[in-house]
Amino acid sequence: MATQERLGTKRLVVGSHYGTLDFIVQRCTAVIMAVYTLVLFFGLLFSSEISFESWRHLFTFQLGVLPVGQLLATLAFFSVVWHAWVGVRDIWMDYVTSAGLRLLLQVLTVLWLVGSIVYFAKVLWSL
Amino acid sequence: MSDSASKPRPQFRNLSVAQLLSYRLPLAGKSSILHRASGALLFLSLPLVIVPLFASSVTSPESFDAMKAWVSNPICKLILLVLIWGYLHHFCAGIRYLVLDLHIGMDKITAQKSAGLVFGVSLALTVVFGLKLFGAW
Repeated sequence: MATQERLGTKRLVVGSHYGTLDFIVQRCTAVIMAVYTLVLFFGLLFSSEISFESWRHLFTFQLGVLPVGQLLATLAFFSVVWHAWVGVRDIWMDYVTSAGLRLLLQVLTVLWLVGSIVYFAKVLWSL
Repeated sequence: MSDSASKPRPQFRNLSVAQLLSYRLPLAGKSSILHRASGALLFLSLPLVIVPLFASSVTSPESFDAMKAWVSNPICKLILLVLIWGYLHHFCAGIRYLVLDLHIGMDKITAQKSAGLVFGVSLALTVVFGLKLFGAW
């Protein structure tokens, strides 16, 4: 167990503190997604015309040898998936009280999200 | 440990769905439950709509045209409009939560106003993108 600390006069914080990690992850990934949304939006707004080429360019552009477009999209997509995991697990924890059913739903959630990552990565990195 | 074990708190588990629906939620409460609903919707549509649409939009000029053909179907436009609303509401309500996390606008009046702002901005943007989607210009 982590070191014990007292909050206020009564409350003793115990456990693995993974709730703190989830809290921080939820907010960091939110900021990453919000910034990336604006990057894509203004990237499109300031491209001379919205076409297949200019749209694709947002995900394939390079700086030097670095595939920055693909790296940013990957970062944003990992943020989507981690953010969704925390949020969807919150929903199961709030409404599903049966431990077995909750476990099943969490496993299905993981499969759904991991499948999305594989699908997205395959598309993005074969550009 | 907390001292809750020594003093069992009263629990009320006799709420019916009809009662839940008749409760009047404040604007911030409506924004909150829609934040959850839109998040769930986006989660479900991720591998069903969002990634497939992205895939066909970037893979090749032919798949890009196929994506445009798909989007030109009115029912698909409607699905997209719901997803656009879901994204915009989740985006705006989420930014409100990030600001609240910084302890800005925590008092009741400001919090109600910012919830109203979430609805105003997200619905206005939905209308703008919706008009664009349905070819107003």
